[in-house]
Amino acid sequence: MTLKSLHGIKSALSKTEKQLEILSTGIFEDGSLPTFSEKIKSSNQFPIRPKKIEILQLNVGYMCNQVCAHCHVDAGPDRKEIMTVETMQQCLDVIKNTGVHTLDLTGGAPEMNPNFRWFVEEASKLGVQDFIVRSNLTIILANKKYHDLPEFFAKHNIHVISSLPFYKREKTDKQRGDGVFDKSITALQMLNEVGYGKPNSNLKLDLVYNPSGAFLPTDQKALEHDFKKALKEDFDIDFHSLFAITNLPISRFLDYLIASDNYEDYMYALVEAFNPDAVANVMCTNTISVSYDGWLYDCDFNQMLGLKVASKENHISLFNEQRLTNRTILISQHCYGCTAGAGSSCQGTVT
Amino acid sequence: MEKTYYDPADLKKFGKISDWNEELGSKFFDYYGKVFEEGSLSAREKSLIALAVSHTVQCPYCIDAYTGDGLKRGITKEEMMEAVHVAAAIRGGATLVHSVQMMNKYDKLSM
Repeated sequence: MTLKSLHGIKSALSKTEKQLEILSTGIFEDGSLPTFSEKIKSSNQFPIRPKKIEILQLNVGYMCNQVCAHCHVDAGPDRKEIMTVETMQQCLDVIKNTGVHTLDLTGGAPEMNPNFRWFVEEASKLGVQDFIVRSNLTIILANKKYHDLPEFFAKHNIHVISSLPFYKREKTDKQRGDGVFDKSITALQMLNEVGYGKPNSNLKLDLVYNPSGAFLPTDQKALEHDFKKALKEDFDIDFHSLFAITNLPISRFLDYLIASDNYEDYMYALVEAFNPDAVANVMCTNTISVSYDGWLYDCDFNQMLGLKVASKENHISLFNEQRLTNRTILISQHCYGCTAGAGSSCQGTVT
Repeated sequence: MEKTYYDPADLKKFGKISDWNEELGSKFFDYYGKVFEEGSLSAREKSLIALAVSHTVQCPYCIDAYTGDGLKRGITKEEMMEAVHVAAAIRGGATLVHSVQMMNKYDKLSM
């Protein structure tokens, strides 16, 4: 397990320019594989344009109590980037004045932002239809001050979406660190205790599966069935849906692919699994991603690659729903990750 | 020419077997696709059978393909290894059961 972020060890891959260079050269330069734009041109889907902006995904900071081997954010305890109250207030103004109906908080561990609870309280007063917090689960046990998070989430009717790479200890701990599986199980049981994830409960608890290695996820429904059966039988845990998410070849996962000599095979697998039907529904068509410092991106992945939205109004303080809807989505070869197979998004498959 | 009989990159070219006989090639791939669909056996069970048979026929391409397929399906390494032992047991059993023929022949020829 990596104990420091790529940023912390000053790895060449912590630079977004380096990642974009890798994704644009080699097999994509010598013609072995088509670039993403060539591919979607061949299916008459270029350029990708947004539909209606429905989801605002806020990355409230890169700080995290975990250092996961696949993390596209390169998050960790050594990351100090945190969203300020001022930026949070600007986000609240946007929610108030636009057609956004879903608010999606991510990180890092969003709960580690010192103003996390204030923001949740303020935002929940605005009557957002679906208010998501992406919790890594172990944060609930990381410190006494987080132990009451399940009750806090329930009080504000937060939709909890949590990562659990697998229903077995070995694979989960390899990806997320020793002891993560046991803590995640305890945290899920705590969430169940306050009503989360129960069959007829309004307190939504969904899990995210992402492959622990250089392979693509299989059928989401089949995986959900396996997860439900195993977690119920082994730990008496209930949850609602499982989202299967494809690992995108950026940041720490890209570093892993290159170090394990899997990069080319993985890119071949992504290109081979390209599904034009998924292109129509990729999440950048209805989501705006906001970074801790208020810049706007087409998605959380573009945020990590430093690709700000192609619009003059590219900061939350300048948010202009109509102009943003008219923009063109910025793409590179990492986008193949969202169009492989049944497609992939922060809400799982898209077809 | 390559100095080895097997090149991992050739697995990606599997589809090219249709190039010299389109009709039979496409019939094969239609059949192949149908075989692995969910049926009375689940696609997961079929994947494990394919992995075991891959070892029996000692096809390196198939072993790569069905190890990857198993990982995707969440098949554990314990399940994979048990499947290979099933293949090994049948292979070993097939060798050993022929020894009955050997013993019969031995007895017949001996006074």
